[in-house]
Amino acid sequence: MADLADTGSLQVRSVSKLFGTFRAVNDISLDIQKGEFLTLLGPSGSGKTTLLMMIAGFLDISEGDIALDGSSIAQTPAEKRNFGMVFQGYALFPHMSVRDNIGYALSVRKRPAEEIRSRVDEMLELVQLQDFADRKPGQLSGGQQQRVALARALCFAPPVLLLDEPLGALDKKLRVEVQEQLKDIHRRVGTTFIYVTHDQEEALSMSDRIVIMRDGAIEQVGTPQELYERPVNQFTASFLGKSNFIQQNGKTCALRPEKIDLRKGEGHSEARMSGTVRSVTYFGSMQRVIVDASDGTEIEVDIDVWRNSEPLDVGDAVDLLWKDEAAVELQTG
Amino acid sequence: MHTLSRHIHPGWLIIAPLLVLVVALYLGPILNILWLSVTDPEPGFGNYAKLGESDALIRIVWTTVRICIITTVFSVTLGYSIAYAMVHCHQRQKNYMLTLLLVSFWISILVRTFSWLMLLGRKGLVNGTLENIGLIAEPIAFMRNELGVLIGMVHYMIPYAVLPLLVSMQSLDTRVMDASRNLGASGTQTFWRIYLPLTLPGLVASTLLVFILSLGFYVTPAVLGGGKVLMVAEYISVQLLVTLKWGTAAMLAAIMLAGVLAMLWVMSRFMKLSTVFGGAAR
Repeated sequence: MADLADTGSLQVRSVSKLFGTFRAVNDISLDIQKGEFLTLLGPSGSGKTTLLMMIAGFLDISEGDIALDGSSIAQTPAEKRNFGMVFQGYALFPHMSVRDNIGYALSVRKRPAEEIRSRVDEMLELVQLQDFADRKPGQLSGGQQQRVALARALCFAPPVLLLDEPLGALDKKLRVEVQEQLKDIHRRVGTTFIYVTHDQEEALSMSDRIVIMRDGAIEQVGTPQELYERPVNQFTASFLGKSNFIQQNGKTCALRPEKIDLRKGEGHSEARMSGTVRSVTYFGSMQRVIVDASDGTEIEVDIDVWRNSEPLDVGDAVDLLWKDEAAVELQTG
Repeated sequence: MHTLSRHIHPGWLIIAPLLVLVVALYLGPILNILWLSVTDPEPGFGNYAKLGESDALIRIVWTTVRICIITTVFSVTLGYSIAYAMVHCHQRQKNYMLTLLLVSFWISILVRTFSWLMLLGRKGLVNGTLENIGLIAEPIAFMRNELGVLIGMVHYMIPYAVLPLLVSMQSLDTRVMDASRNLGASGTQTFWRIYLPLTLPGLVASTLLVFILSLGFYVTPAVLGGGKVLMVAEYISVQLLVTLKWGTAAMLAAIMLAGVLAMLWVMSRFMKLSTVFGGAAR
């Protein structure tokens, strides 16, 4: 197997993709470290899948360049790039057994049967599908198919693994479980993961860094914590988690619902705003309260039910309090 | 009425007259032919025994099977390429191709057969042109032989070969081919290891369809073979109308029927397989 220690960094340099005159991806530059778990996050139509397909080699680059470890791969066809990929819907070979699916990449490289066998066994163990080697993909559950797709993509030890919404077809509970497995596998194989999703929870829980995209351009890049705690604009603030937008010192600030303190009654000395409760929604671990603030805006507050046992009713007068650092000043609209 | 409808779905009452018609006009005659084949001219399996005794009969059956196999191989190979081209070209070109295919599909077999005669006959367009420009001294014998029959039959069968293949190729998940490329397979490897196996049900369906239809060919061998290429269907007609040996005709018809039914059974198994493949692809 190729040594992964010194390969897997990817440089995206001013890349654009035009379909006719429409710019699906517009002048994106990005440095991806080897071994990194990078997530491209954005709503549908943000260009994240287009960018991934250009990295995979399924789409030509209209402008700019993509390089692996510093050398351009723009002219390298998809089958020569040696990038693993987990497709949306998995795209497993339905006529082949799980074993043949996983071993396909080695088999088309004409590796000896013995090597393929032992490598596939290793992969089956990695994704814990040892007992399913002889089944056809159609006989597996969605989660198992997803793991076959992952093992197939990792079997030839690619320097980079591309994942296109791999958990989209799974139900919510399974998704959380698979997220853990994916993170674990990423740690163990050390491959660079580039992960496309529109699910902010997936992005937050797995990524080393997240790239937030909108309309073919990058809105913000950073670690999950950076993006959540210091969003630069309204789009990031509202796409990643929920956010209130308030005017403070003449500037727009983002204020997370869980960082607001809500006190019943009026006249608290440190109160920043007052208002009346419009609705209270119970979510089990927390309560979401929507407050009509006195200045006409609408503020969402998440309350820890356990620590705030004081019952709230619609129409109650409340004061809203928060610390200075809770409100994050946005750089742009 | 209430008790009746509990046992028999009322829908059956509506289609009952049709059902009776089908049984009376379709199954009846078929049973009659089967009956004839073992009773005419005398009861017993004498007609079937002829198949082992008469060299002429054996030759006719063999000619039929051979022509059908060659026709099938050429029609399906050409059909596969055409279907592949149609699936992978632009929508506009695809519409043109589909129109051309359907137009030839709808033109009467007689018209198509006689056009070949005009094109490829001794004094036809092709021989005439080749002679005029001095490429050949004697006309090439395209017609009145097996070659003529094969040209006519392959031409007629291509739409039948293309349509099942087209359906099968269109329903393929193209991401599977992307996945194969992504895993490092060349175009050729992807075709042999992924594309061909996944379109196999369509290939089997189109092969059987063409083969079964070829078995019953009558007009094309009669016209383009010029009486020199005798296939089963034509022989049956001769037995019925000229020599009046209805028992032999019925025996040949029964054998063809059995052969076709056997192949349909094989086909139905592959069609079921195709849904297994299709279901697994997602």
